[in-house]
Amino acid sequence: MSYLELLKLAAPEAIVVVAALAVLTIGLTTARALVLGPIVAVLGVALAIGAVVMLPSHANLFGGMLVISPLNSLFKIICLALAIATVPLVSSEKALRNPGEYIAVLLLGSVGLMLLVGSEELLMIFIGLELLGLSLYVLAAFDKADVHSAEAGLKYFLFGSTASAFTLFGISLIYGMSGTTALAAIGQKLAGAPVQPLLAVGIVMTLIGFAFKIAAAPFHLWAPDAYQGAPIPSAAFIASGSKVASFVVLGKIVLVGFGPVHGSADWHAMIAGWSPVLAALAAFSILLGNFVALAQTNVRRLLAYSAVAHGGYTLLGVVAGGREGFSATLFYTSTYAVTLVGAFAVVGSVRRETGGDDLQNFSGLAARSPFLAACMAIFFLSLAGLPPLAGFFGKFYLFSAAFRAGANHGLLWLVAVALFGSFVSLYYYLIVLKVIFVDKKPESATAGNGPDFFSRITVTLLAAVVLVLGIMPQTLAAKIIASLP
Amino acid sequence: MIAWTIYITFAGAIVLLVLPRVFARWIALVTATAGFAVSLATFFCDDVDLAHFTTIARVPWVPALGMNYHLALDGISLTLLLVTGIAAISAVLFSWDVIDRANEFFFWLLLVVGGSYGVFLSADLFLLFLFYELVIVPKYFLIAIFGSTNKEYGAMKLTLYSFFGGALVFLGIIAVYVSGGSLDLNELAQFQFAPQLQSWAFPVLFLGFAVLAGIWPLHTWAPTGHVAAPTAGSMLLAGIVMKLGAYASLRVAMNLFPQGFQMWRTWIAVLAVIGIVYAAAVALRQRDLKFVIGYSSVSHMGFVLLGLATANVFGVSGAVLQMFSHGVIGALLFAVAGRMIYRRTHTRELDALAGMNLSRALPFAAFTFVVASAASMGIPGFSGFAAEITILIGAWKSYPLAVWITGAGMVLVAAFTLRALKRTFFDVDGESAAPSNASAARTDVKQMPAPPAQITSSPERSIHLEPITIPEKLGAGLLMFATLAVGLYPKFLLDRIQPAVEAMRFLK
Repeated sequence: MSYLELLKLAAPEAIVVVAALAVLTIGLTTARALVLGPIVAVLGVALAIGAVVMLPSHANLFGGMLVISPLNSLFKIICLALAIATVPLVSSEKALRNPGEYIAVLLLGSVGLMLLVGSEELLMIFIGLELLGLSLYVLAAFDKADVHSAEAGLKYFLFGSTASAFTLFGISLIYGMSGTTALAAIGQKLAGAPVQPLLAVGIVMTLIGFAFKIAAAPFHLWAPDAYQGAPIPSAAFIASGSKVASFVVLGKIVLVGFGPVHGSADWHAMIAGWSPVLAALAAFSILLGNFVALAQTNVRRLLAYSAVAHGGYTLLGVVAGGREGFSATLFYTSTYAVTLVGAFAVVGSVRRETGGDDLQNFSGLAARSPFLAACMAIFFLSLAGLPPLAGFFGKFYLFSAAFRAGANHGLLWLVAVALFGSFVSLYYYLIVLKVIFVDKKPESATAGNGPDFFSRITVTLLAAVVLVLGIMPQTLAAKIIASLP
Repeated sequence: MIAWTIYITFAGAIVLLVLPRVFARWIALVTATAGFAVSLATFFCDDVDLAHFTTIARVPWVPALGMNYHLALDGISLTLLLVTGIAAISAVLFSWDVIDRANEFFFWLLLVVGGSYGVFLSADLFLLFLFYELVIVPKYFLIAIFGSTNKEYGAMKLTLYSFFGGALVFLGIIAVYVSGGSLDLNELAQFQFAPQLQSWAFPVLFLGFAVLAGIWPLHTWAPTGHVAAPTAGSMLLAGIVMKLGAYASLRVAMNLFPQGFQMWRTWIAVLAVIGIVYAAAVALRQRDLKFVIGYSSVSHMGFVLLGLATANVFGVSGAVLQMFSHGVIGALLFAVAGRMIYRRTHTRELDALAGMNLSRALPFAAFTFVVASAASMGIPGFSGFAAEITILIGAWKSYPLAVWITGAGMVLVAAFTLRALKRTFFDVDGESAAPSNASAARTDVKQMPAPPAQITSSPERSIHLEPITIPEKLGAGLLMFATLAVGLYPKFLLDRIQPAVEAMRFLK
């Protein structure tokens, strides 16, 4: 294994790092970083996507530290695409003082995403998590003039570092039990072994770190403040890319690494293992997220609680396990991420025009900007799971996978909870749409100049993706299924 | 060819968003008419086998999950396509005066219509569910933006009820899909589901769909929603949307789970009879004309459910005929109440209307309402009679007791219909001209600048109201023609419905 070969296989990551450095330089040298930075970043990431496409279809370096497989490549592309969609939002954040640095940190976070997705070894996964986490802490706290941003960053950092500590401790226990950090080898070692208390502690502690990343209740407490206080692009990135990568890795860890200690979450037939743990997290997240979201008056906070609930739905696929369950999870989390970036883009435009993102800032948006209103309707209705949008198919796929999984439909209880949750959720999504479409615009609202060119293009594309994935889900679902071994 | 009903309607909806507002109503009218023309052409000259659910389009959609874009047609679907077309055209005609945000209005309206066409034609369970849920949101916006009394509450209530039903259906469909291993309705109709599954999946699926059909005690969305909706909205709700639930109950729940149906059908009959009598009794006490009609819709849909519960050819065919009949009559009643009366007098309070001597001021409206009331009461010669008598013949074979109770219910129906008719149009003396204090609490009455009730308490003077316009006459004429035609010659539809019903599995 020569370093040249390593460089070839890690070319996408390298390209993104170079792009990050280039943007940093631009930020330091010119005053036009707000325009040039995003362009260079988008070009660099697009180049990295090209590099991912050029990679060989299979490779495995250093016992799983860097694995190239169709699945990993597909999700590297999805994560990079999400980063591309996030970057244009930066140009509409006029308050940011150092856009060059901001974009550079965003790109470094993307490298963290790629490392996470591209690794099947616990230590490397941990490094990816930390790289991602540190970038996100900075991104969340970036708006130094805004006290909410500082609060968001601090909360995110405190919760995140605690969760990381748990994960590291869990990983060390797993390593102690199995003598290896490669997922496949762990899976082999654990096969046939009973679930000892030590192993159970190790598994639960490892899962806590991921429950934090995907904001599953009761590890969600950072989410509302981070979503509400952080600068819009940071919040969008936390809600999208970070979540997708976390689900990919979580799925790999539990299905490959902890596969033998699956346990069972079937009603009346629960068996100890990780699946009852995740099932409980899922049910709790769905109920808590949806019910608390009902009471929110700030749209970003509402999105945060709905994210908790959606994390719960997505966990259903992991609990169901198997190829079908995992592919349903991956489909759902990808479409969810796209939807949420779009929703945040709209929120960003509204915030720029009206100076806030409370519900009343949205009133009469349909009259003010029919375009934004229509896109917001697409995003929110997809989140609610209504056809013909991506969320509808995603939910069907996810819930049918969960229903199929348990022996004698044992996961019916979880599916019922999820359906009940999605019924509750329609109310708060509709309330936002009601404010947008039905309420009259306040007298004080001035007709703004609308979203700028970049965010307009982004929002249009994202809405189109949500619609297309709803009408032709085959385009993504087939790729995901084909990429799973 | 019949698949074009769907494409034309959605294409029309999209065109509406692009073209300027002046064309909106014309585009909507052309679209609705084209959709109806396609179904009518199929009805008369196409050689599709209407006795079976015959495939007319089948394209792989998501092969990985066994989903197909699969459309099929039989006599039941075709009957419902016809009533959809009729209700759509008349709804557009009765919305001719919508000016504010007209594009949006007709866009949502056409989405409801298109989604309904889709439900009636789907032969793939996922596709059916997609169209079924597609209708929910347009309804919400149609009511919340363009409605009247308490519109946001009514719209939200209706939407949440629909979505609650949708969640139950979702669960049922997943159970069917996972156990039956397919989403194709024709394949599933051959599949033997385990009795244990049928015993719980049937009620979940049936109840989920029946929420939209206004089954007691989950019917309360219907009166509130109807009252809150704009005229065209109530016409579509009564004319089409309630049929979606009844149709899907028949096509999916009953046809796939015959054993579950046998287990539960007595309970369905009980709920249906309670619905018929209860809603009629409640209608008798309403002060708002639209509430009267809203409850009458629930009562009439009770007949549909009773017909379905009989599980014999007569009852079920009668139920399908009643879906058609109520679609037409309900739309007509709401058109009179919403467009002809409310738009002109700005009140629907029976007490306030009683003093206005509307039969002089609006003779055409009075004529239409008399026809609609007669049809609604089940006077022979109108479609309501043909449908209800068929249902009762069917019910006699299965549940004789239900027929007796329903008979009493029909007296109540006649009573509230006549009461509404008299109070609205023919209360010539001033006996009730003094509006009761209770009715003054209604917001609509408060908003009235000068209550016409005081001006016109004498029978000679009739207040000046805008005359009935030509689009209204056309729409009312179409609906009246439909109810009369089917009433005088029900065989026309029954000949196509009955073979299709006989082909269904739960009868065997």
